[in-house]
Formats: sequence, structure tokens, C-alpha cells
Amino acid sequence: MDQQELRKLEHQCIQEEPPWCTATCPIHVDARGFVKQVRKGDWTGARKILAKTMPFPGILGRICDHPCQDRCIRNRAGDAIAVGALERTCVESTHPGKKVPPLPKQDKSVAVLGSGFSSLTAAWDLIRKGYTVTLFESENRLGGSLRYIDPGLLPGEVIDQETDILTDAGVTIETEHPLNPDTIRGILENFDAVYLGLDTEKPIDTGFAVAPDPFTGSTELTGLFTGGSAPEKADFSPVNMAAQGRWAATSMDRYLQNVSLSAGREKEGSYDTRLFTSLEGVESRPAVDPADPKKGYTGEEAVQEAGRCLQCECLECVKICPYLAHYRGYPRKYAREIYNNASIVMGERKANTMINTCSLCRLCETICPEDFSMAGLCHEARTDMIQKDRMPPSAHEFALQDMDFSNSDKFALARHQPGFDTSTHLFYPGCHLSGTAPEHVFSAYSYLSDQLSGGVGLMLGCCGAPAWWSGREARFQEILGEFKTRWTEMGTPRIITACTSCHQMFSEGLPEAEVISLWEVLEKAGLPEKNRPEPPKTPVAVIDPCTVRHKPKIRTSARRLLEALNIKVDELKFSGELTECCGFGGLMGNANPPVARKVLERRVQQSPRDYLAYCGMCRDRLAHAGKRTVHLLDFIWKPETAIDPAEREDPGFSYRHENRARLKNRFLREVWKERTREMEAYEKIALDIPKAVRERLESRRILTEDVQKVLHHVHEAKGPVFENSETGRYLAYYRPVKVTFWVEYTPQHDGSFLIHNAYSHRMEIIEEP
Amino acid sequence: MRKMTDPPEKVDWKCARCGETLEPGKVTVAYMKSRFTVDLMKCSECGLVFIPEDLATGKMAEVEKILEDK
Repeated sequence: MDQQELRKLEHQCIQEEPPWCTATCPIHVDARGFVKQVRKGDWTGARKILAKTMPFPGILGRICDHPCQDRCIRNRAGDAIAVGALERTCVESTHPGKKVPPLPKQDKSVAVLGSGFSSLTAAWDLIRKGYTVTLFESENRLGGSLRYIDPGLLPGEVIDQETDILTDAGVTIETEHPLNPDTIRGILENFDAVYLGLDTEKPIDTGFAVAPDPFTGSTELTGLFTGGSAPEKADFSPVNMAAQGRWAATSMDRYLQNVSLSAGREKEGSYDTRLFTSLEGVESRPAVDPADPKKGYTGEEAVQEAGRCLQCECLECVKICPYLAHYRGYPRKYAREIYNNASIVMGERKANTMINTCSLCRLCETICPEDFSMAGLCHEARTDMIQKDRMPPSAHEFALQDMDFSNSDKFALARHQPGFDTSTHLFYPGCHLSGTAPEHVFSAYSYLSDQLSGGVGLMLGCCGAPAWWSGREARFQEILGEFKTRWTEMGTPRIITACTSCHQMFSEGLPEAEVISLWEVLEKAGLPEKNRPEPPKTPVAVIDPCTVRHKPKIRTSARRLLEALNIKVDELKFSGELTECCGFGGLMGNANPPVARKVLERRVQQSPRDYLAYCGMCRDRLAHAGKRTVHLLDFIWKPETAIDPAEREDPGFSYRHENRARLKNRFLREVWKERTREMEAYEKIALDIPKAVRERLESRRILTEDVQKVLHHVHEAKGPVFENSETGRYLAYYRPVKVTFWVEYTPQHDGSFLIHNAYSHRMEIIEEP
Repeated sequence: MRKMTDPPEKVDWKCARCGETLEPGKVTVAYMKSRFTVDLMKCSECGLVFIPEDLATGKMAEVEKILEDK
């Protein structure tokens, strides 16, 4: 990611875009921030916010015509927040804050003609920019047309007090200074730039025609700027007068600095914001009516009114994703953090875990009004980390070893249907389904072989999704390449997948292949009639895996199968295109188990119904969280055990390995009548692992085979071992590759081992010479 | 790596091969591109190093994470 790409991404996330009130306000008062302070009853804080952008808050706060209210989102659920009335209450009950510190002086002097509100604003802004300012007024007091406003609303003494700020700041005030063509000519000659306020119906007689540029306020006369509007006019707007004075002051500054008058000023004045704010769940509430409309809100009424403010923000993605919420930011911030993470040469890369935690499920992107993709961002960052050799090894190693297991001789298999030397179809059940429901894979293959003509081949293995998820593009291509070789040898058959991750990897990685889901095939071929289990008595909630978000055909087929099976469905709010991850996707569960757990919990909480999944991993994850979850295949082929399939436990990592290995052996024995693989010595070691210990091993990602390897090392290779003088137990360790495993055990009389505990570390003990 | 160098506590384990008790001693450990010396219990005879569970799952895991993110 370079700077330009980062800026593009930052722009795409709209969370930091201004709310409608601020965008609509010609001078962009932070009305949302102001209302927030009012809500807290912090009137001083509220006034401070006004003073940040408002010239003379004591004046404008009383008389602002509040165009912000026209576009307030609250209009769609009640009335707009009465920002104008809140401002009045605020400025009536507070005093101006500290004096503004003097600014560095510029050696240019400017004149401001007239003292209507645009002139006052221009004078204020110009003195704040460091110029020497002289204000000329023909009357004997300042304020011009402001003096025509109802003094009940804007008392004359307030105008006096507020305009005193100008004198305090160093503006030279020349009242009773006649303004006519002669004097104006003199002023134009003596000052570097001049602002001419047009805030009265009878404009100052300049002796020449003034046609200002509506945007910059500049005129044909070099150095003369103008703005303002008369109160008698229908479009009279105090905030616009302030804005015009301000824009002209900006133009004068730019003119005096000799820089472009117009560059980069697109967002001056009202504009449409891109900020999206959802009204979902927002109750309609009318505006609070002040008890005395003439006096305006009391403090209490104002706090109440401010309480209706929605404090507009987007956060659509953060609201639905526990991962995005976990890091307490939003995509715009995350993009910056990820960019910085990649730029660090020395020091801690704090965003590594955040990058590796995204499930790549793409729900954020579907929900986002601007299609921001955290998946795209995180996947690219992972790829970059791999390329730069900066990926923390522990983040994905366990999952990659699981993948290697599935592609090793222990599970991998490719065969034509017995009696065929070519295949028109290839069933690829995938590693997850084979790990959780091997008997269904066996039944499905037998059924497909019967139903489809031309030979149905079988291939067992892992599609390489873990390599892709972890950013290991080269390794993924290697696995895909091997698959492609075998698939080509088999006669480029149509690929039938039972797992949508495999479906995604093959359809995107091998565009030349025809890839179809098992569900579409079963829908077309019809369901087996024999030995079919009873449908559930109550409706189930369907769990769409996140990988089918953009595969409507697969989702539809799954539902048609449910219909054919007489299974009633109660759809989840977050299903179909809006489906959620189970906490496995993107290897989130490997990189950050606690956050993956939060994601899973959210999924579990969606409905009290039994869940029905058609992804092996979703099924096991949900079962692991204690949620009653069946697999779609449980209603097509009767499970071999009598237990309620919704109550079936998550087999866990070790048992999924075992299931895969056994499934391969069963296929070899029963379908191809071949000899099965010889077991390795360590695999023959019998273990007794109590349930609590098994669960601890599972959470520590320690496999049964890791334990077997340690014991084999101790007893065959005379590896290191400790003995406990108190308990009589043994403690041995072994480092097969990159992780050292420690196992506490007691040998049993029958030659097996009772396992008490196991733990691991990645740090290596260097043998002393 | 100070975190890992707290003085080891007395342990009930002894080296099963030598039958000797464990004594605190200097041990070199390595991870990623870092290598450092820590005080751990080891067999007074053959030098076999003992790493208790709380060290492996606690401080050691923390240090591993820090080194991985460096």
C-alpha cells in the first residue's frame, strides 16, 4: 500500500465525514459536538465549540437562521434538533471565554468598510490572521443592520460587548467616518486590501460599479473584496453574512500572500456530506417545546432537546462485526494503522494481530454504503507480510499443518470410480466435512456414483484455502497447481464440492474448471429415498457459510433441498447476503481465539432455534459453543450413531484428523478394495486422555499425535524425561519441528499412557556444549 | 527479557535419566532472530532443562509474541 492507496482507502470510509448539520452550515459550526456538550449540561464546553468557528458567538448564537436544521437527520424521525434555540440558550447563559492570544503580525494593512455582520466577521478574521486592520463606519456605533433586529432577541448592549472584542484584538475603529467616492478612493490607495460590506439596503456609494465574484468576493478592482446581504431582503441570513465576510477575508489573505484565490476551497459553504447514519431502531420524537417560546429554552429544556440528537455517525460495519468493534476503531483508522504497521523498520508491529484476526467474511463490505472491504485490506496486508518475511509464525502455523496433514498420504487420495478409467465428475468433499461427518461423505460418494453417469472420481485433500487466507499466495498456487495436475490427468471432470471454501478456491483459482456445489447436484439429481431420517418437528434457522455470501445459486439449492426434505425454515436476519462468519474464516480462530469466540457467540445469539449448517466448519464451531446444530446431510443420510445429530459434539482438531484418516482407509478398503497405509510407530501408542485434559489440549492446539510423538521419542529414542518425586508422574518433552511439546503422564499396565497435562512453547532451548 | 529471569521456584521434579535433583542455572534460549540467557532449573548432572507449565503458557508466550511482532 502506498500513500496514494492509503488516502483512497481513508476516503472510502465515511465515518469521519461531517454530519449534515456541519456540512450544511455555511461556516461549518460543529453542531453535533455543540449539542453533545449541551446534552451533558456543559455550557462552557458548548460555548467553546461555538467559538471555534463562529465569529461573535454572542451575536450569531442569538440570531442564527440555522440552515443546519433543514437537513438534520432527526427530521426523518420527529423534528430537527433545534440547534438555533440551543445556541441562544447557550450564549445567553455563558460569557465569552478567554481573550484570543495575539497572532504573528503580517506587515500588510487592510481596511474594512461598514460594520454590518459580514464586515465585523471580515475584520475579526483578518486581525486573527495577523493583519493590521482598520474598520471604517459612517455611523457613530458599530453593528450596521444588526441594530434593526428585535432588541428582545439581540440587545444593543450585546452588540457593544461583542464588538469590543475587535478593539481588544487590536482593530482600529474609525466611526463617523464618511464613506463616499472620495474617501473610498483614498482608502483604496492607502491599504493593501479593502473589504466592502454590503449589509445594508442602501449600499455605500463607491462611485463605481461593484460586481463581485460570488465565490471569492473579489471584484474587477484589484485588492477590493466585497460581500454581505441586506436584512430587508427575503434571503437575509445572518449566518450567510458571517460566511461572506469570512470567505472574503480568506480571499484577501490569499491575495496578499500571492496564492491562488480559488484552489482547495470546494468545501467552503454548504455541501452534501457523504456521512451515512442509519435510523434503524430510532424512535420518532418531536422537538421539545419551550414553556416560554419568547424566552426560548430553559437550561433543562435545552438538555432535554439535545438528548434527541442522534450524534450522527456511520459505524455500520462496526455495529455488525465483533472483530471491527474489538479494536475500538473503524476501517479508516484501521487502514492508517495497517499502513503504519507495514512502514515500521524497527520496533513493535502493533497491528499484526489485528490484520490476522479478520475473518475475510466480507459482511462489512456488503453493509458499507461505500463498499469498504476490510477483507481486501487485511488480505493484502497479510500477503505483504509474507513477502517481507514479517508474518508472526504462530498466527497460522497450526492451520497450515492441518492443511499439510490433509494433503499428505494420511488423507489425500485421487481415484476414478471403480470400473472407469476416466471421470466426468469429481467429488471433492473437502477436509472439514470429512473431519466432522466422514460417514456422510462416504454415503454421498456412493450416491453420486450411482446417480451420475460417465464415472464419478473422488479426490480427498485440502483445497489450499488456509494458505490463501494466511496470505501465502505462492503456497496456495503450489497446492492449486498439484490439484490441477491431478484433475487434468483425470480428464478435467466437473468438480463437485461439499464445502463452499473449496468451491471458492477452485472457481476463482481454476477458471477453466466447471465447479458446482453438492447441493446443486443433489437438487438436480433428486434426493435418496431410502433410509432417510425424519425431518425435525420445529423450524430450523439456516446457517449460510460466509463463503456463499455472493453465491446465491448455492444458497437457493440448499433451501430447495430443505423444502424437499420437509424441513421448515425460520430465516435469520443475518443470512443470505448478510450472513456472518462462525469465527473460523480467514483463520481468525488461529490468530485470535478470544475474538473468534466473540464472533461465534454473536452467531449463537441470533436465534433460539436449532441451527442447520451446510458447512462442516460452521457446524463444528457452533456445536463447540454448545448450540444445537445439525448438518444438512444429517437429514439426507441417517448418521451411523443413534445420538441426536443436533447434540453431536465438536470432534475437535485431533479427532477430525482421525476421521479423515479413517475415511480414506474406508474408501480404500470398501470401494477400491486396496490395502490401507501402514501406521507409523508413534500412531500405535495408545492414550487415555480424560475429557478435561482433551479440552485443554484442544484450546492449546496440541494434537493427540503431538502427544504420541513425545511419548514415542521418550520410549524409543530415550528422550529427556523428568519424574515427580511426589506424584510419581513423568514429564517428557520433544520438539518435532518448530514447537516443543511437554507431556505429563503415567504409564499404564496395559502399555497405554494416562495423560494428565500437556503444554507447549515455541522458544527453543539451546543445548549447552 | 528480564521478565523471564525471575528466580525459579523449588520443584518436585528430578531428572529421570540421572536421578538427580534440579538446580537453578543459566540456560540459552532462542526464538526468531533473538537469543538470550535466562535462569532456569536444570539437572545438576546432565543439564537437562525444565520448563514449567506456567512459564511456557505465561511469560514465555508473552516474550514469543513480542519477538514475533518485532
